[in-house]
Amino acid sequence: MKKVFTRPKTLKDVAYHYCPGCTHGIAHRLIAEVIDELGIQNTTIGMTSVGCSVFTMEYFDMDMVQASHGRAPAVATGIKRVLPDRIIFTYQGDGDLAAIGTGEFVHAAARGENITVIFINNAVYGMTGGQMAPTTLMGQVTKTTPFGRSKEVNGFPVKVCEMLTPLEGAAYLARVSVHSPKSIIQAKKVIKKSFEVQMEGLGFSLVEVLSTCPTNWGLSPLESVKWLEDNMIPYYPLGEFKKPGVLA
Amino acid sequence: MTRLLMKGTDAIGEAAVRAGCRYFFGYPITPQSELTHYLARRLPEVGGLYLQAESEVASINMVYGAAGAGARVMTASSGPGISLMQEGFSYMAGAELPCVAVNLMRGGPGLGNIAPSQADYFQATKGGGHGDYHMIVLAPNSVQEILDYTQKAFDLADQYRNPVMVMADGIMAQMMEPVELEEERNIELPAKPWAATGMAYHQGRNVINSCYVIPEEMEVVNLRLEKKYQQIRQNEPLCDSYLLEGAEIVLVAFGTASRLCRSVVDKARQRGIPVGMIRPITLWPFPYDFIEDIAGRVKWMLAVEMNMGQMQEDVQLAVKGKIPVYHYGRLGGMVPVARDILEEVVKLYNGGALR
Repeated sequence: MKKVFTRPKTLKDVAYHYCPGCTHGIAHRLIAEVIDELGIQNTTIGMTSVGCSVFTMEYFDMDMVQASHGRAPAVATGIKRVLPDRIIFTYQGDGDLAAIGTGEFVHAAARGENITVIFINNAVYGMTGGQMAPTTLMGQVTKTTPFGRSKEVNGFPVKVCEMLTPLEGAAYLARVSVHSPKSIIQAKKVIKKSFEVQMEGLGFSLVEVLSTCPTNWGLSPLESVKWLEDNMIPYYPLGEFKKPGVLA
Repeated sequence: MTRLLMKGTDAIGEAAVRAGCRYFFGYPITPQSELTHYLARRLPEVGGLYLQAESEVASINMVYGAAGAGARVMTASSGPGISLMQEGFSYMAGAELPCVAVNLMRGGPGLGNIAPSQADYFQATKGGGHGDYHMIVLAPNSVQEILDYTQKAFDLADQYRNPVMVMADGIMAQMMEPVELEEERNIELPAKPWAATGMAYHQGRNVINSCYVIPEEMEVVNLRLEKKYQQIRQNEPLCDSYLLEGAEIVLVAFGTASRLCRSVVDKARQRGIPVGMIRPITLWPFPYDFIEDIAGRVKWMLAVEMNMGQMQEDVQLAVKGKIPVYHYGRLGGMVPVARDILEEVVKLYNGGALR
């Protein structure tokens, strides 16, 4: 019988710790499929971050480096400068990247660091139990915004792609979502492009992946994808924000 | 061998280059900045990279990445910047990554000032960052020693897969002294089969990590690290001594303070006071055994430091209560004057401390 669907080579055959309905697994699979298709499993080094994503080091079958909270782009910089011919990517959540790691990803982009950042935005801190993230939407209820995020107390959600767009070093910036089969297919194309930008040596690439966190949103997996579509996409529009000339 | 006049910061940079270090990640801070000026010119000459980071936090994490990729790498800063790097040192000790970090200490706490100090002793030798770990800490006291011990720092870091700190201050950084500079050699860097360089470049899969969620596993790592630290404690303590023969009184000092103490010993001896000196070169591992041995045959010791008595505690631990250990220090970036140290010695010698 012909095998038509299988686990990507770059993903290890282990049990994942993610909650039911969480879309981290989809993002992992897309990255692994892209790495398989580009044939770069043995020359790629991944950076894990702090939060639910710390365990990616157990899931990707490649060399991995665990970075401290928010610092993955700095760690990636150190590796890339030593090994410029390797493919380096970071995998970071919204708390890790857009709060504590703001200095590192902004300056990695400004330097045009030739690395790829996969940024998982699920509008909440997952691992620590559902606190407000920098990307938590206005009015969104979390453990630390029990009455909803308010502009008086918490200010406004951070739009990472839009914020990086003016930086000359940022070569490729895009926001995708993994809430539907169609968006997942699109997400894979974009993730592939972000790795190709790096392989071409064109500079910093970042893909923001809108994701769900059913556990901390207090919703079922199905309600979660609906919530993402109805609430996150209007505030965080999908699309390519910046493309290098050769791709445009 | 060439004999030339060299400045402390240049000596750190040149030593790093000669030790095969090709990567420096750092952030400007006085009095460390002149080292970065040297390396920003020198590293590209040897195909290396000087990269100015956005902060000390980013610097040490770039160092973490470069070390994880198998490179000889260094950073340098002064007190406040070193404080920001502590998390990174802890991660590097946990992930067993080698690096060399230079702390050119300045007056503190807080922003303090840029004047010379030794007040980061506790931070360097007692942890600084979180968790059970140690850094090897070297304290040179001349430009020649800066050259020699900075190179040694890279070897120790690789040998033990652990961060190593070289501690000095603004005086050592700015000072020019004649040094013997050996011919540049092609050095053989140790293989690092554990480095994360991509699976095409080594056997199996390499993961650089300090995260062990299961306490039973973390404890095994802690015990493995402790075994390594025990080995370092046994093999690496270094100290120098001066006129211990017939000494009844011993000054204990490192770095800049030890240079002053040497002349205090000479002056005291001229007055017939039998003083000697012990100079720890490794602050961790501290030369406890050597000091304990000497404590058995002298009356008291005086720790002379540019702080409130930080190394004094280690000297006290070393002598195990056999003899008193006094302290003389200047603070806030003030440097002790040999005459004042001598006065303190004379006072103590005449029973002043007992009054």
